[in-house]
Amino acid sequence: MRKIVAIVFLAIIGFYIISIFSAFQFGDKYKGVSEHYVKEGIIENRGANLVTSIVVNYRGFDTLGEVTVLFLAATGLSFLLFSCKCEREFKRIKSSLVLRTATDTLFPMILLFGAYIFIHGHLTPGGGFQGGSVIASGVMLLFLSFRSFHPNHKTLSTIEVLAGISFAGIGLLGLVYAKSFLANSVLPLGQWNRLISAGVIPLIYIAVGLKVGAELSGLISDMISTTKED
Amino acid sequence: MIFFGASLLLILIGLYGALVKRNLIKIIIGLSIMDTGINMLIISLGFVKGGTAPIISLKSLFQKNSLLVDVSKIVDPLPQALVLTAIVIGVAVTAMALSVVIRMYSVKKSIEIDDFKELKW
Repeated sequence: MRKIVAIVFLAIIGFYIISIFSAFQFGDKYKGVSEHYVKEGIIENRGANLVTSIVVNYRGFDTLGEVTVLFLAATGLSFLLFSCKCEREFKRIKSSLVLRTATDTLFPMILLFGAYIFIHGHLTPGGGFQGGSVIASGVMLLFLSFRSFHPNHKTLSTIEVLAGISFAGIGLLGLVYAKSFLANSVLPLGQWNRLISAGVIPLIYIAVGLKVGAELSGLISDMISTTKED
Repeated sequence: MIFFGASLLLILIGLYGALVKRNLIKIIIGLSIMDTGINMLIISLGFVKGGTAPIISLKSLFQKNSLLVDVSKIVDPLPQALVLTAIVIGVAVTAMALSVVIRMYSVKKSIEIDDFKELKW
């Protein structure tokens, strides 16, 4: 009965989605604001990756809000998990020798790769969020292989706070030296397709990468610490 | 067009999982699948025939003797930027939902949704 009702419901929703998009021509040219971003994005920002230009500069305020949402989710999660004195019943199992040896060699490389991704965010696919996630996956590997691993929460929150402040501070510098919040005319734009170019975009993405990495590591640590201590 | 069909299928599969399954973790997995489908749908809206990724790393993408980019060779970057935001928010929401599940489990020792009847009337 429940499945039949669900399928009828899905059929209705599917019908409406199809009828909305049946008028849309996939694969056509675009106009308006996207055209401006593509055509003059290099002149205005010098960042080779146009998605980064949009995320950090044209829609930089949106990204600040996004970072705030992530922060709120991490805070809410630790509030939910630690506001009760529930008994902890799951135990972390001991990891194998293979995993521990692999972690020893892989962890520094994963950190380096994450840093590479967010430093080159304006040149190659990638950016702050992706690099931060890669760093957090390295921290998760540490959690999986060492049973008694505890990150220093003070350090994590210090990195988070400093990165957040520098993001907002770069935005305010734009307000002081140019005309708008997060304006990209504080630093010289430089040449196209070079590492040091695109004004403040790499700086903001480094801040975002550090913040996301610290935040997601803290989130993983919060979730894992609901297990029993030895 | 094939992207549209696939993303529609993903959305419907995810919604079906969220509606029919009784295990809370499976419901969250369904919502995540739906999230992926919606992201794919938004990206496929920006597709341009014969276009390449919106990363201008070749000189041949410029119009002659200027830094103006040839629009017809590049896929629309705006939906991709929006989806980047959506993915991060999706991760945050999933983590939040999982922590709610951990809390619910610690109250009733069960993650079957049929065991939580307090809000039924």
